[in-house]
Amino acid sequence: MLDTNLKHVESREQIEELLKNNTNVMICCGRMGPMCIPVYCVMEKLESEYPHVRMVDMDFDIPVASLIKSLPECSYFMGLPFTVYFKNGKAVNATSSIQNEKQIIDILDEVFKD
Amino acid sequence: MKKSDKNNPIFIYDVIIIGAGPSGLTAAIYTSRARLKTLLLEGLSVSSQALVTDKIENYPGFPEGIGGFEMIDRFKKQAKLFGTEFVVEDVNSIQPSKRQGANIWQVEVKEKIYYSLSVIIASGAQFKVLGVEGEKRLLGKGVSYCAVCDGAFFKDKDIVVVGGGDTAAEEALFLTRFAKKITLIHRRDRLRATKILQERIFSNKKIDIVWDSVVDEILGETKVQGVSLTDLKAKKETEISCDGVFIFVGLVPNTNFVKGIIELDENGYVNADSNMKTSREGIFACGDCRQTILRQVVTACGDGAFAAFSVQQYVENLKGTAYK
Repeated sequence: MLDTNLKHVESREQIEELLKNNTNVMICCGRMGPMCIPVYCVMEKLESEYPHVRMVDMDFDIPVASLIKSLPECSYFMGLPFTVYFKNGKAVNATSSIQNEKQIIDILDEVFKD
Repeated sequence: MKKSDKNNPIFIYDVIIIGAGPSGLTAAIYTSRARLKTLLLEGLSVSSQALVTDKIENYPGFPEGIGGFEMIDRFKKQAKLFGTEFVVEDVNSIQPSKRQGANIWQVEVKEKIYYSLSVIIASGAQFKVLGVEGEKRLLGKGVSYCAVCDGAFFKDKDIVVVGGGDTAAEEALFLTRFAKKITLIHRRDRLRATKILQERIFSNKKIDIVWDSVVDEILGETKVQGVSLTDLKAKKETEISCDGVFIFVGLVPNTNFVKGIIELDENGYVNADSNMKTSREGIFACGDCRQTILRQVVTACGDGAFAAFSVQQYVENLKGTAYK
């Protein structure tokens, strides 16, 4: 169970709906650990600055997280959290392990610039 | 509205504490109990070193040990219980200021300025990177600085651990739960880790040690495949195949934002006296960011208590309410 102020995605239906109804989506899949918490904090902070990007998190240990873990973009990932950026339902970027605010902003500005 | 924006500073805290590790949280518990208006600024981009520790075995009162995450969570609950206000923001700078003739400090975060009679720097230290080719590129793809977070990805894999201090030893031992084999690489001919940890390392059949050697490069294109290293005594280069590299080679203090404001030592640690007073009136420092010979949770907590008491005296003197 993630203790963040982000919307938690907990089912396959929620993910499908999220990707269907939003052009730009960022999903951070992790645990309440030291490499993950800073990423959630940055997302919470950036949510209002990027209203055109739907930012959510997902518990790494729930069954539906396999949808993220099995993405080709995450095939070599061995560090939490897995953060995946979707545009029009397709994964366009993904990172593994801790990322700082600047790194996240750089990706958001690059993949969701349109 | 308690917080202040740049154009409308209306609230002055008694103390702003920067950092949410053991020292900052202890200070917050103490200042809040002393009924000082306390704001704790928790960094966005860095976590306490205690958080990444699987089990803390040397903090009195926990004979079975306690997880670092759980310990910090308990500290936070305790500080909140006594009234500490928490905000998650990285601090950009601290500057002296004046308000109605009084000397105060302004603490600037991304889009706000907070004002306070005093400041406690408890910003801690973060893991030091090796700075070798492949390290940044392969972060999360075999390179890690947190065994607790990522150890489970390395079940039955070969892992290299770099370092020779307490953290490296503890994390190597933790990783034996998952790894097939661990190679501990240390640049010297003996470990700096506490003796009890050394004993555990030497007796663990899963752990080999490579002495007097430094890692020159982390190898692999899309994921870690090995490391190249140099034996400093034999002047010989070799390679070790592995699936993961865990790096624990020391700490770098998070003190960039106070450079030029308070006195730092040559490594960037804050020079503070035994009462946690820094070179500037009204600024105190405690925990891992402070120049000291021992950085442990228990010493950080002690520092935090001293810093809080010094702040209490300082603020009450300013207000003319000191108990004399």
